[in-house]
Amino acid sequence: MDAPPVPPDALDNRESALQRSNTADVGEIGGWGRVMVPGREVRDENLERLTEDAVLCRGLGRSYGDSSLPPPGVSDVAGTTLADRILSFDPETLALRAEAGLSLRALLRVFFPRGYFVPVTPGTTFVTLGGMVASDVHGKNHHCAGTFGEHVTALKMRVADGRIVECTPQQHPDLFWATIGGMGLTGHILEVEFTMVKIPSPWIYMESERVPNIDAYMTGLAEAAQTWPMTMGWIDVLSSGDQLGRGILMRGRWAEPDEAPEGFPEPKSRPGVPFVFPQFALNPLSVKLFNAAYYRKPVGAGITHPEPFFWPLDAIHDWNRIYGPRGFTQYQCVLPKAAGKDAARRFLEVLSRLGGASFLCVIKDCGAQGRGMLSFPMDGISIALDIPVRDDTQQLVDALNEHIIGDGGRIYLTKDNFTRPEHFAAMEPRLEAFMEVRRRWDPQLRFRSAQSVRMLGDPQ
Amino acid sequence: MKAVILGATKGMGRALARQAAARGDALFLLGRNTSDLERSAADCTARTPGQVKVGFATCDLADPDGFDAALDAADEALGGFDTVIVTAGMFGTQEQLEADLDRLRALLTVNFAHTVLFCEAARARLMARGSGTLCVFSSVAGDRGRKPVVLYGASKAGLSAYLEGLDHRYRAAGLVTVCVKPGFVRTSMTEGLTPPPFAGEPDTVASRVLAAVDRGKPVVYAPWIWAWVMWVIRLLPRFVMRKVGF
Ligand SMILES: Cc1cc2nc3c(=O)[nH]c(=O)nc-3n(C[C@H](O)[C@H](O)[C@H](O)COP(=O)(O)OP(=O)(O)OC[C@H]3O[C@@H](n4cnc5c(N)ncnc54)[C@H](O)[C@@H]3O)c2cc1C
Ligand SMILES: NC(=O)c1ccc[n+]([C@@H]2O[C@H](COP(=O)([O-])OP(=O)(O)OC[C@H]3O[C@@H](n4cnc5c(N)ncnc54)[C@H](OP(=O)(O)O)[C@@H]3O)[C@@H](O)[C@H]2O)c1
Repeated sequence: MDAPPVPPDALDNRESALQRSNTADVGEIGGWGRVMVPGREVRDENLERLTEDAVLCRGLGRSYGDSSLPPPGVSDVAGTTLADRILSFDPETLALRAEAGLSLRALLRVFFPRGYFVPVTPGTTFVTLGGMVASDVHGKNHHCAGTFGEHVTALKMRVADGRIVECTPQQHPDLFWATIGGMGLTGHILEVEFTMVKIPSPWIYMESERVPNIDAYMTGLAEAAQTWPMTMGWIDVLSSGDQLGRGILMRGRWAEPDEAPEGFPEPKSRPGVPFVFPQFALNPLSVKLFNAAYYRKPVGAGITHPEPFFWPLDAIHDWNRIYGPRGFTQYQCVLPKAAGKDAARRFLEVLSRLGGASFLCVIKDCGAQGRGMLSFPMDGISIALDIPVRDDTQQLVDALNEHIIGDGGRIYLTKDNFTRPEHFAAMEPRLEAFMEVRRRWDPQLRFRSAQSVRMLGDPQ
Repeated sequence: MKAVILGATKGMGRALARQAAARGDALFLLGRNTSDLERSAADCTARTPGQVKVGFATCDLADPDGFDAALDAADEALGGFDTVIVTAGMFGTQEQLEADLDRLRALLTVNFAHTVLFCEAARARLMARGSGTLCVFSSVAGDRGRKPVVLYGASKAGLSAYLEGLDHRYRAAGLVTVCVKPGFVRTSMTEGLTPPPFAGEPDTVASRVLAAVDRGKPVVYAPWIWAWVMWVIRLLPRFVMRKVGF
């Protein structure tokens, strides 16, 4: 059979994916907090092509606020999740290189059963490598291991003049360290190379303890950090008086082979939240009941499954829907050591005076500040609370920000939706240096997000 | 399984190759772009127990002259393959294809004529060694002539008929044919289209297809719900099909 020749152009669909999709409807897009803006995500396997005209990349959209959303007037963000190939892994050096859209979940599915783990994991596996770099994420081991960015050895990036460059701590170090924690504003991350860690077993040895108030909690946290590689805890923000900041403190380490159960921990199933809860579902009473019940949960010591230990919220699919149609925000700040031992107590007092209620308030101590130019953690304590969006949310965030500015603290960009530009500038002395590098690589500030326009004064 | 996969660089083919690699199948990848193949082969290698190297060679469905060399390379690397999987294919909306005759010609040629030529080359090799499996991705769009996919559907209808014929003619002689009919699956092929209800994910499709290959099932719909959807659609009388939009 003689088939007719195929014209080469017809196959070679070289128009960029962003252009190709321009006929589809622009819908709404939101961060994990489900506060929506007009926009859409366009995905393609080929990140090089996809990022040609993109102003922003978006991974799995687990940043709570507007970091991964397009700036006003731009409809499309480049969705990276189809660019998810593992490119190399060296069992000797533990160096792993992959495309930026690879999710932590998919990565661990391959390497965790083989005895390898990521040096740093956030509280969910539904994040991409690109997102982990751009937010310079931290985990329960921050006081020992630092942020994820400290373990990154190379990034392949598309920069504003269209070039594709490889940057490392030696090569273009300015671009490299501005990109670590740079919220996607320095360029598109195409590939990430970092160092994995070898673990003694896939199980965790954990101890948990109920603590009566915030002072006991802070003392316990500091003590645990001396000897334990992983620490974290949860606070009941609705308790008051002597019990203010009562909570549960957890410390953990990888189990040694002789104490670990046989075999690999069975993956847990994930029931979902099938619909967006009505707003009344979340009220002072349900929050109070939740917190009281959580405080009563059994504590003790022993071997535990890694999933509820590292990623408790991954157990419920779409859990962000419980916050109702208006969505929610997470307020996460870090307060420096210099703010004093009672910094957490004072924060909680301000919070309860303002009437802020939260299902989950997580307090954790941080180690030294990393090298990422806008990296969030610093030596001190981090406090995170989920806040449903209400009419007064802006005022609440403003008041909390004013309080932490007084203490020398700062907020975590990847969680933010409400911080005012003047507040951010006041809490971020590193901003000018970051903007200088950004302008060096992107004089027109082509790369920007809804957040950068809102907070850093980027052009619309 | 010692499998050759044409189309593993993206979408359902990528998912399928990964799952096969993870369970230890020996793989060889064919595709049209060398650097892309290299990356996909590396990805599969990393997922294979013991990181056994996955090989690759170029093979473009637009160029049937290259089919034999590609299959030779696969045969050599795998020491004789027993399974050939084709996920490669093109898509265009009805509007795009009506407006662009070059694209239409390319699609009809690649999806039907050249895919059949490739399968014939693979079939000859499999049958020469006594048995083997040929698994090819057609589409639910080939089950019934439908308004939104007249042209793409026609290319897949031809392919489905070919695969059904192979099954009838050669099953007894040892050739197992698996015709995969995906419904709407979220890959870059469908990016920008509004997903209908029951849209599937490549991973779920891949595990279903792998199970079908293991059992030698002649036809597999994926996600499974499409078997019922298409059953209903096939029963609808012509006057209804003229009225409805799907
Ligand atoms: C349940 C839960 C628990 C969490 N726990 C923690 C925690 O313990 N510690 C912590 O640090 N964080 C935590 N986070 C936050 C989360 O780790 C970060 O928001 C992370 O960046 C999300 O990754 P993503 O792939 O979803 O990125 P997205 O949310 O899609 O994007 C986040 C930012 O990264 C940028 N970006 C993404 N991909 C690229 C790329 N390829 N190139 C350039 N820029 C890119 C985006 O532009 C955006 O600015 C948690 C989030 C959730 C939902
Ligand atoms: N997605 C759906 O909803 C859907 C529904 C029904 C049927 N299908 C069919 O299922 C199959 C897989 O679909 P998919 O969604 O996974 O598609 P996809 O993500 O677009 O992947 C298509 C694959 O085919 C390869 N390919 C395309 N043209 C080629 C050529 N001329 N020569 C060699 N390889 C070529 C591509 O290689 P490159 O990387 O080089 O581009 C790619 O690996 C296709 O046959 C499709 O028609 C899909």
